[in-house]
Amino acid sequence: MNLTVNGESRTFEQPLSVHQLLTELSLNEKRVVIELNEAIVDKDSYIDTSLSDGDCLEIIQFVPGG
Amino acid sequence: MIKVNEKDVAWVDGMTLATLRAQHKPDADITVYNGFPVVDDCPVTRGDRVCFIRRGEMPSAAEMRQLIVSRHSPAVYEAVCDRTVGIAGVGGLGSALAIALARLSVGRLIIADFDVVEPSNLNRQQYFCEQIGMRKVDAMKANLERINPYLDVTIVAERIDAGNITAHFAAADVLAECFDNPESKSVFVETCLAELHKPVVAVSGIAGYADADKLVCREPMRNFYLIGDGVSAAQPGCGLMAPKVGIAAHMQASKILELLLDHSTGAPK
Repeated sequence: MNLTVNGESRTFEQPLSVHQLLTELSLNEKRVVIELNEAIVDKDSYIDTSLSDGDCLEIIQFVPGG
Repeated sequence: MIKVNEKDVAWVDGMTLATLRAQHKPDADITVYNGFPVVDDCPVTRGDRVCFIRRGEMPSAAEMRQLIVSRHSPAVYEAVCDRTVGIAGVGGLGSALAIALARLSVGRLIIADFDVVEPSNLNRQQYFCEQIGMRKVDAMKANLERINPYLDVTIVAERIDAGNITAHFAAADVLAECFDNPESKSVFVETCLAELHKPVVAVSGIAGYADADKLVCREPMRNFYLIGDGVSAAQPGCGLMAPKVGIAAHMQASKILELLLDHSTGAPK
């Protein structure tokens, strides 16, 4: 499956949910904001949102400090 | 028609800054012409704005509001005076941002924070020693009123979470994420984008003292502006300090002003 993540093309062996993709990328799901094909993905739907070949994601992870 | 100290004055042929000063405030020693201080005399044309100020003089209450905004470029005050900005967190980022927006005369601010002022805040947050122990929202409201008493400041003294963001911030035209904690940053930005559909200006990556010139503003998603270097995390050995926190807060203020102006005026940036 091919995904575009933050403008970069990535290939994954098997189908993934948003939750599995975050684990794969070592990102903390409580600290991110995700846009999937230009729509915001609600935190509660990370497990239930399956990704499809060709999907385009923008993922921002926040770091502490303010 | 022209404006002299923000009052309408009929324009007449041959009018100059010197003739206006002689007529309206002969003892003035500062002349602000279309938002810019000038020394030399020059002709005045229709639509111009002129402010005459006597250095050190406390203006009357009636004049104060006009004089506070006299250095804004024309049309900036009109574009922001009836707009609302929501500020989530008035710590390092939010306190400096709120002050910048108050100086810009943004008409209504909604400031939210559950915390109180502590001594360890004073290295970067815009509070004073005698405010230690006060709720930050009360201390900030008092500080803002000392700078610009003509603003409407709404305070929210509670913890902001996914369940109350929409209720507290629905009236805002633009939102500012000013939290310290990355989980709170994430929840606030996600909820604003999904539910409020208004621009949100957030910050990530401002700890330490080095590389202030690496702080940038980008737009990773529609309506989402992100300021910082994205990686400099606050952690043991790399704390938050006034310079970079202040720069990021003022970059937020600058982007917010741009967003408020973009929709209302063709004024030069």
